[in-house]
Amino acid sequence: MENIIEVAGLRKSFGRAVALDGLDLVVRPGEVHGFLGPNGAGKSTTLRVLLGLLRADGGRAVLLGGDPWRDAVALHRRLAYVPGDVTLWPNLSGGETIDLLGRLRGGLDPARRDALLARFELDPRKKGRAYSKGNRQKVALIAALASDAELLLLDEPTSGLDPLMEEVFRRCVDEERDRGRSVLLSSHILAEVEELCDRVTIIRRGRTAESGTLAELRHLTRTSVEAELAAAPTGLEALPGLHGLETHPAGEGTHLRCEVDTDRLDRLIRALSAAGIRSLTSRPPTLEELFLRHYQDAEPATAAAPAAASMPEAAR
Amino acid sequence: MSTAEAMAGVPELGKLITRRERIRLPIWCYALLASVVGTAYSFRQLYPTPESRARFAATVGRDPALAVLYGKPFDLTTLGGLTAWRMGVFGSLLLAVMSIVTVVRHTRAEEEAGRFELVGAGAVGRRAPLIAVLRIVLGTQLALGVLIGALLTALGMGASGAFLFGLSLAACGWFFAGVTAITVQLTDFGRSAGGLAFTVLGAAYLLRAFGAGSGANGPTWLSWLSPIGWTEQAQAFAGDRWWVPLLDVLGTALLVAGAFRLARSRDLGGGIFPARPGPARGAASLRSAGALGRRLHRGNLIGWGIGLLVFSAVLGAIADSIAELVGTSQQANEIIQRMGGQGGIVDAYLASCMNILGLVVAFYAIQSTVRLRTEETGGRVEPLLATGTGRLRWAAGHLVFPIAGSGLLLALGGLAAGLAHGGRSGALGRQLGELVLAGLIQLPAIWVLVGLTVAVYGFLPRATAAAGWSFVGLCILLQELGPLLRLSHWITDVSPFATVPRAPGVAIPAEPVLVMAAVGAVLTVLGLIGLRRRDIG
Repeated sequence: MENIIEVAGLRKSFGRAVALDGLDLVVRPGEVHGFLGPNGAGKSTTLRVLLGLLRADGGRAVLLGGDPWRDAVALHRRLAYVPGDVTLWPNLSGGETIDLLGRLRGGLDPARRDALLARFELDPRKKGRAYSKGNRQKVALIAALASDAELLLLDEPTSGLDPLMEEVFRRCVDEERDRGRSVLLSSHILAEVEELCDRVTIIRRGRTAESGTLAELRHLTRTSVEAELAAAPTGLEALPGLHGLETHPAGEGTHLRCEVDTDRLDRLIRALSAAGIRSLTSRPPTLEELFLRHYQDAEPATAAAPAAASMPEAAR
Repeated sequence: MSTAEAMAGVPELGKLITRRERIRLPIWCYALLASVVGTAYSFRQLYPTPESRARFAATVGRDPALAVLYGKPFDLTTLGGLTAWRMGVFGSLLLAVMSIVTVVRHTRAEEEAGRFELVGAGAVGRRAPLIAVLRIVLGTQLALGVLIGALLTALGMGASGAFLFGLSLAACGWFFAGVTAITVQLTDFGRSAGGLAFTVLGAAYLLRAFGAGSGANGPTWLSWLSPIGWTEQAQAFAGDRWWVPLLDVLGTALLVAGAFRLARSRDLGGGIFPARPGPARGAASLRSAGALGRRLHRGNLIGWGIGLLVFSAVLGAIADSIAELVGTSQQANEIIQRMGGQGGIVDAYLASCMNILGLVVAFYAIQSTVRLRTEETGGRVEPLLATGTGRLRWAAGHLVFPIAGSGLLLALGGLAAGLAHGGRSGALGRQLGELVLAGLIQLPAIWVLVGLTVAVYGFLPRATAAAGWSFVGLCILLQELGPLLRLSHWITDVSPFATVPRAPGVAIPAEPVLVMAAVGAVLTVLGLIGLRRRDIG
């Protein structure tokens, strides 16, 4: 089966400001795809292009096998969207808004709608302006989740939700996956992405920085290692792919802390074991660390050593 | 709360308001100065001698329609008297609208948008936004009043009358700033707060008109209930009653004090009237962009309908007594004959009323057209367009109101005027048909304005509101000032209303009506093409 979303080399500028600068993104059928990036990286712009609200300047975007700009209306009947900043009609009640949006999409399942209202503990009788940010978000979420869409486009859908509701949301997305839906989830909540997403794309300044499964991304980056050694290790300086090495004497032995490129881990352990390992902790990078690397890259002035490889301008 | 605390943040907010109003406020000032001083200057060129003014007073000055709709003449033998007569009501209306729009924008509209929450969390008193905007509006209007006094004096009019006239205009602006200070406390929405204040303004206009339209035995005292009537009753250049504008000042003080009291007893963001819960489910009919449009525009259209019903009925009811206002002298008879007899005078008056009705409905049309843009910038279009709703379908759900809703309002206005007039003059059937038609004949001109605004919306969305309101403002200025300034037809015909046949009482040619309808349609389609091709947001 072909991909649900296929974006290649997508470009979009607003006047002189470049929002998307050759972005690539692939969402496969039935997967929950995490879409990460610092504020202003172009996540919402990408979603708006995919919704046919913005017209791309260049590149290719295919959504559910169609052209998001030309076939917008037909495609929209097959997807549901939750904007990052939900504004409601002030004089329509939440229940009315949910029903309206669902019907405009081609109908919604009343039983599912009521079940979701109960799960998210939303009072549907309040008027749009009386809802808090989190409750406005729930209105949009329920409208989207109660639909029969093949694809969910979620732009930071849990912003403003309390932790209990975040948990409800996660279970809902899991159920959607079980029902065979595809989900593109833009989010800043890394625990959420880590728990929910099959694959992840990290973007930075309008370009794709990395994309793959979490395991693949982890493999590309560093593992932190902490060890108690019987003696001071030797020859570590010569090891390639070692970063931030700190050693200091501890009792009779040596305490060591460092980071190592994950594919060089083996050689480090061998060198350490030569010095006599008393205890060893090795921790794969958290998504947070993965992400921070790209956050820091986004600020050219302060991004120094840790990510020199991906900073051609800084290296120059 | 101590005075210092209440005033905390006022200077800073004042700067913010000045910054945000740096284009609009000068436009208001310019519009007022240009119309008052331009009219005065034009009168000086056209009627330089007392004899020429006396001739003017005996002819145009006796037109009862002008007395009812634009102001009572007191002394037309002086240039100042002419200017005060012709610009008193118009200038008062202009300043009142300036007050309403500006006060709403910087108080309730800010709260509604949630921006005041951000500002109010700083060291800013609860009443600071109201105090800040009132300082600016009242200060600007006072300065305008003085400036008008100085400019009219410079044109050679009596200084006392000139300054009284300028200040009585400013005082009317003050009064409506006070009225708006109250209405913004009452409702949750900037739009309804403005609507309420405009209702008061409409009532003030009608009271004055009804008083002015009553014969000697009628309830002329009604004018005294209206702040717009006060500007007139100050009788600048013809008695100079300096105490009359003090009524405005007193009223303003009471209203602002009342507003502060109300502000104390309500929550931020809330109104005095609490919000009611809505239905838990959408009605079965709420299933299309059209249904949503109807839902969003319904209340506003009903409000306008009721307002225009009363407005037109009162203007229609005045029609019968209008000929009596000319008087019964030999000279009066000549005037009546020249104006086409009793019937001719009434028809001319009703045609002016329908023309005013058209301009008022143009406000509704632009207001509901601009809604397209506010829905878009408010972020409420995105989730809709992400469903199976196309852009055109969405836009059509809104545009049906400026296009067809305006027609409904015009027909309603014509009907109300016809019922009130026909009911009193006893030719109901004929009056009804003629006046409904006379109302509807304004519609193509409104379509041109709507089309222009939609075209701007399609291609320069940011300029939508500015363009739409400028079009209406331009039409009103050309309408009011064109004949006074003896502008060439090339200029006055820019306003589509200049081409509208002056019905009732004349045969209605099909050509201009069809041409304007076509122009409106083409512009609307053009705008929709632009909308389909551009980015949303």
